[in-house]
Amino acid sequence: MNKIVTNILSGIFLIFFQTMFLNHVNFLNFLNPYLYIFLIIYFPLKTNRSIFILTAFFIGLAIDFFSDTHGIHAAACLCIAYYRTYYLKIFFGIAYQHQVVKFKHLEFKQNFFYLITMIFTHHLILFSLEVFSITHLEIIIKKTISSLIFSFILVIIFFEFFIKKSK
Amino acid sequence: MQRIIYFLNRNKELILFLSLLFFCFYLNISYNQYNKSKFINSSNSFFSFFFETKRNISKYFDLEYQNKILVNENTKLKKQLFNNSNEKIGSPNQKKFDVTPASVIKNSYDKQYNFLTINVGSSKKIKIDNGVISSNGVIGIVDKVSEKYARVISILNKNFLLNAKHKKTNFFGIISWNGSDSQKVQLKDIPKRAEISIGDSIVTGGNSLIFPKGILVGTVESYKLDLSENYIEIEVLLSTDLRNLDNVYILNNNNFDEIISLYE
Repeated sequence: MNKIVTNILSGIFLIFFQTMFLNHVNFLNFLNPYLYIFLIIYFPLKTNRSIFILTAFFIGLAIDFFSDTHGIHAAACLCIAYYRTYYLKIFFGIAYQHQVVKFKHLEFKQNFFYLITMIFTHHLILFSLEVFSITHLEIIIKKTISSLIFSFILVIIFFEFFIKKSK
Repeated sequence: MQRIIYFLNRNKELILFLSLLFFCFYLNISYNQYNKSKFINSSNSFFSFFFETKRNISKYFDLEYQNKILVNENTKLKKQLFNNSNEKIGSPNQKKFDVTPASVIKNSYDKQYNFLTINVGSSKKIKIDNGVISSNGVIGIVDKVSEKYARVISILNKNFLLNAKHKKTNFFGIISWNGSDSQKVQLKDIPKRAEISIGDSIVTGGNSLIFPKGILVGTVESYKLDLSENYIEIEVLLSTDLRNLDNVYILNNNNFDEIISLYE
């Protein structure tokens, strides 16, 4: 019970941190890291899948409300929440099916590919929906790749500090 | 019947996912088409409260720069006053336009559809379709109003269109933004025969009821013929730095309703 409360509080904190501070970094005029997807990537594994999808949707919607984007964060979060099961199956294979995967004990290499795929999927959907036209493909690719690097660094730092440390 | 329930139960995650996804698409597309967001916006007082608090903390870090802008503007106004010239330098005509000062509490310029939130609302008689300028030039148009706050469509928004003209030759065109550079907008539909040189001023045209004539938008940075080769497309370097905004002015046209009623 205590753990659930801590998780919810840290979720609310991350959403505020994202909208009040990280959304205004604007490095090189267009680059923002999206740290809040940390919540979805490392969401507790044993949760019911429907509840997980709903939670991810509401996290995205909260970000949308604060940053005047119209449902694009919600859509991107929804997609990575839905596809997380399949990604976990691909990257952790038999360990995941026997339910012995724990984020605390992840090795860096496994974690690396899992993270990159999740963040890439999220950013690709996010920026495709934001730009919403194929003629500006170069903007989508530029934003996706550069934000991917930025978000990845922040997420991995948070992972090392908050999940690995609590071992 | 049982088989339907069994089917639904087995695929409940997929159904949940797809229905929520359609809802997101609906939000996004309904905005893109009708230029109207039904209920997702940050101008209501709950969300604005947080941005206002944040601004109260962070505004001190920017005081020096904002002071410099205000001093520059004062100098310009003093010059006009002492020289008593009839030439307007972007100053709105007092008889037609009410001017209300305001502060920007939230600003974005990294997206394709950017908005600002300002800290005045309907209690200060701000209305939808009021123009917003800074001391350096055009910023945007008010798009949603609550009691204490208002949301502004920034000039850096792909849905934003503005009537503008080349100051020297008086040729009219339309300003829009292609979404790539937060310091440049595009002026289209200027006829080929216009003589344009780099550094010329682009000002508002006065054909719209929102902005008075002659407010600076920016300067010509480069120009080229468009696809049809009959018109010139100009890259305009904005005179306002939208990345660093604090004090803005809202212009309310007193004759707006009267003129609009003529067209109905």
